[in-house]
Amino acid sequence: MEGVNVLISDQTLSIDQVYQHVVHESCGGICLFIGTVRNRNKGKTVTHLDFETYQPMALKEMSKIGEQAIHKFDIEQIAIYHRSGFVGIKDIAVIIAVSSVHRAACFEACQYAIDTLKETVPIWKKEHLEDGSYWVGARP
Amino acid sequence: MINIKCFGIAREIVQNDIAQFDVEKLSVAELRTIMNRQYQAFTQIKGYMIAVNQEYATDDQIIQQGDEVAIIPPVSGG
Repeated sequence: MEGVNVLISDQTLSIDQVYQHVVHESCGGICLFIGTVRNRNKGKTVTHLDFETYQPMALKEMSKIGEQAIHKFDIEQIAIYHRSGFVGIKDIAVIIAVSSVHRAACFEACQYAIDTLKETVPIWKKEHLEDGSYWVGARP
Repeated sequence: MINIKCFGIAREIVQNDIAQFDVEKLSVAELRTIMNRQYQAFTQIKGYMIAVNQEYATDDQIIQQGDEVAIIPPVSGG
């Protein structure tokens, strides 16, 4: 769909590249959400993350989120980028960029997109700790 | 034969990228029953979805030869 760009890559994500997808002459605002890997979780030291993806379905679900965001909010462009593979501490795991004529819509759409991505996109995070590793959210 | 793609914790439970079942066709609910019987560790995770042809499927959906089927354990992207 026009106005929607999605990418899954095993290489470092470029903030500038995502930004270039959404910058638009009619827009007065761009909202970027950047998800980064933190060094602690639930009191334990995290060494890195490993992202596994069901790539074709994940790209479809990411596109759906973009399309839904364009329907729901008064936005011009949206781009959703996600990493696969080994992602180190402070590295970027996900970037969402949204442009809109006025700022309120791009803030709302950006929040909607990251919240929905976490619920629907088939990507799995294995968190590696100093003393082991586990699939995040898989066990009760 | 139906091949089921396995990801994340599902891949570790099955110890393979693919689980194979020698059936012609079955419903998503029947697949769950078979999976949970063959790999009891599936009953100890938070649940899972089944995707058919890269779309989330409902329990009454029928899986046929040639469909692309995948087990989707709880997602954790972002």
